[in-house]
Amino acid sequence: MESLVKNDLITRPDISSGRVIKSVNTPDTLSTTKRLKRSHRHIRAENVFRRILIIVGWATVVLVAGIMVTLIFQSTLSIKASGFGYLWGKTWDPVRDIFGVYPFLLGTLLTSFLALLISIPFSFAVAIFLGEYYPTGWVSNLLKNTVELIAAVPSVIYGFWGLAVLVPIVRSFESKIGVEPVGLGIFTSSLILAIMIVPYAASLGRSMIQMVPSTLKEAAYSLGATRWEVIRSVVLPYTKSGMFAGIMLSLGRALGETMAVTMVIGNTSLIPKNIFAPGNTMASVIANEFTEADHPVYLSALIELGLVLFVVTVLINMVGKRLIKGFSKE
Amino acid sequence: MESTIVKAVNYNAYFGDNHVVKNVNIEIPRNNVVAVMGPSGCGKTTFLRGINRMHELIPGATSTGQIFLNNEDVYEMHPIFVRLKIGMVFQRPNPFPNLSIYDNVIAGYKLNGIKLPKAEKDKIVEQSLTRVALWNEVKDSLTKKGSFLSGGQQQRLCIARAVAMEPEVLLFDEPTSALDPISTSTVEELFHELKKNYTLIIVTHNMQQAARVSDKTAFFYMGELVEYDETKQMFTNPSDIRTQNYITGRFS
Amino acid sequence: MNVQVKYRIGKSIGFQALVILLSAACVVPLIFILIYIIQAGITKINWHFLTNLPKPVGETGGGIANALLGSTIIILVASVIAIPFGILCGIYLSENKNSKLAYWSRLCIDILQGIPSIVIGIVAYFWLVKPLGGFSALSGSVALAIMMLPIVVRSTEETLLLLPDSLREAAFALGMPFHRVILKVLIPCGISGILSGVMLSIARITGETAPLLFTAFGNPYLSTNVLKPMQSLPLLIFNYATSPYNEWHDLAWGASCILLIWVLSLNIFTKLITRKWKVQL
Repeated sequence: MESLVKNDLITRPDISSGRVIKSVNTPDTLSTTKRLKRSHRHIRAENVFRRILIIVGWATVVLVAGIMVTLIFQSTLSIKASGFGYLWGKTWDPVRDIFGVYPFLLGTLLTSFLALLISIPFSFAVAIFLGEYYPTGWVSNLLKNTVELIAAVPSVIYGFWGLAVLVPIVRSFESKIGVEPVGLGIFTSSLILAIMIVPYAASLGRSMIQMVPSTLKEAAYSLGATRWEVIRSVVLPYTKSGMFAGIMLSLGRALGETMAVTMVIGNTSLIPKNIFAPGNTMASVIANEFTEADHPVYLSALIELGLVLFVVTVLINMVGKRLIKGFSKE
Repeated sequence: MESTIVKAVNYNAYFGDNHVVKNVNIEIPRNNVVAVMGPSGCGKTTFLRGINRMHELIPGATSTGQIFLNNEDVYEMHPIFVRLKIGMVFQRPNPFPNLSIYDNVIAGYKLNGIKLPKAEKDKIVEQSLTRVALWNEVKDSLTKKGSFLSGGQQQRLCIARAVAMEPEVLLFDEPTSALDPISTSTVEELFHELKKNYTLIIVTHNMQQAARVSDKTAFFYMGELVEYDETKQMFTNPSDIRTQNYITGRFS
Repeated sequence: MNVQVKYRIGKSIGFQALVILLSAACVVPLIFILIYIIQAGITKINWHFLTNLPKPVGETGGGIANALLGSTIIILVASVIAIPFGILCGIYLSENKNSKLAYWSRLCIDILQGIPSIVIGIVAYFWLVKPLGGFSALSGSVALAIMMLPIVVRSTEETLLLLPDSLREAAFALGMPFHRVILKVLIPCGISGILSGVMLSIARITGETAPLLFTAFGNPYLSTNVLKPMQSLPLLIFNYATSPYNEWHDLAWGASCILLIWVLSLNIFTKLITRKWKVQL
């Protein structure tokens, strides 16, 4: 003990180096009084700010509640008029006040699932390419940026392009395989939707593949696994739930997509006979007929369609987001 | 001259149900350097953060008892006033990365929206940087960002930032634990100089540092203030067996 | 090397080739789509095109001045509504991580993000168009603001959560009030992240058509009155692209090209600016 102290422990450090100026006058009181005056104002402002934040937090809740209430309230007329027949009624005839949305449900499901089916191999390929094979380097950067830019292209432009380029191609294809050569229809819409989904799904998939811990992959490599075997038995199983969530979110996008589909689907209220036939989706019916709805029940029927679309996409989105959140936490 | 500036009376601090500072009573004399030491998790940092009411910023953190600054209970003042009078320097240097060195020093004025004439600002910056012995090193690069300085310089910049507000007390939370030995000794030299104008309370993990720089030392163990005495007394003749064990290295 | 290992390696290489092939098969056509649109539109763009109104059917020439101005006004108004609101909400969520209100607010933001744009158009119709007695640019702006909101909130929240606690502590220890800690320290330090969210949200709504169909509605004439119908680029493209006239198609190609350049440069610009403004922590 004694030695501990006697050694240099308690001796003061030498400050004769001259870098420290001995004593400095305390600054005049001007800044001090200003400071205190200002502080009183600050305390009030602080409370106001906190209150504003809470109001804004509530406002988001009110906003969403308001959206739901509006949709439900405005569709009551149609719900009363058509009841459950609304969902599986096969005829949509506003002139005779018959509102059955089965053709649109079918059209929506057909286009969305077909689009998913077409896009999945491509999105997987791009995701694996960027996430596993070439995560860095200029090729990968170029591809990544291109995919991001493509994802930003407005849907109305895809619709226009589809109308001008894709429709004639599909039409000549249809005449070759012997169906009625319309060009517009479910199949064309699915193609456009697929093009729009790929960038989104691919970037979701890439971020998930990159989350696979490298220790897991290294373990497999050290056992002599080939690259493909690592992807199949480590990467894909690990990202399974995330990939599923990505597919859900892509589906949510496809279901709600309006403009591109409206422009190329052909817009008929008949039940599509095959995937090349023209049809309508829920969103495209609303887009086409909302401003034409000339009597209250008709308008209300369209809003009920919006309500159905809202419920379905929100549910799919919530499930997808929950899954992704759970996946990232692992 | 030995008047008390900071006094804690039956001070307790909690994180949720976790009682981390237990019934602390302590009197800290003006213009002294008081070291607060103890093993990690002993509540010393929490106690320090209780003095300028930083403790309560952590969600779930609560406290009871009183802490007086010049016979005024800080828990009855608005925290903004408390923090204007009691400056703080943190474990890791944390200059504002978006501000220049100059603006970092007067950050307390600038960010609080207090407009000062340029001449006065210049004076405060020079005085403060001089007090922390940084003026000569940075006077030609005052417009550079604070994050370009070395760790030790950044820490002195943070001390200058606290000093510029002309507080009465300066709290240091393990101010040198993230610094290299040379920077550490520069900062330690400062303490001796700073105590002419301020009262310094320094939390440290390092008992050699406590012995080197402080006039009085408080030893915390398991949330309790075990012993508080003149540093010399504490290191030569501790009255509590736990203090003795700690300074002789029987536990850490 | 035995046959089995050779077979496995072959399979692995085969898969890699498949991945590269599929990636190329998907990205190359996408790039061609972009090039096609730009090629089809770029020749139509000149000073006349940018400063004149569309001509009636049958006459050649004409421009999209009304749509350019309309889009700008509608987006500006939407930004004025959504950006402050979104940033404040993001601040609330990052500062009150565990409060009940934050939970519900976060849930609502998630819901908002998933709502199809056409449904938001319906809601804006009932909130503004009907009460005000007619289609208006303002109602379109509100619909677009609702679409911007989740992006701004999320980017603000995530940016602020990434900032180290030491920054807040340093500010609080200087006696700064809560609002100044946030507005003068945290926001400036996270400005690049918040800004990129804001810009991306603007890029996103620039191309939105569906919510404008029954709110801003479109207008063949130049209008600056936000309480009256107004043209916007995507609306013009939709209306003219689906018309049967070639002159109007030309106009729509030119407009598509401008819209595309607008959106893509916003995206690229965002990347550059966030890199430049990033505060080194």
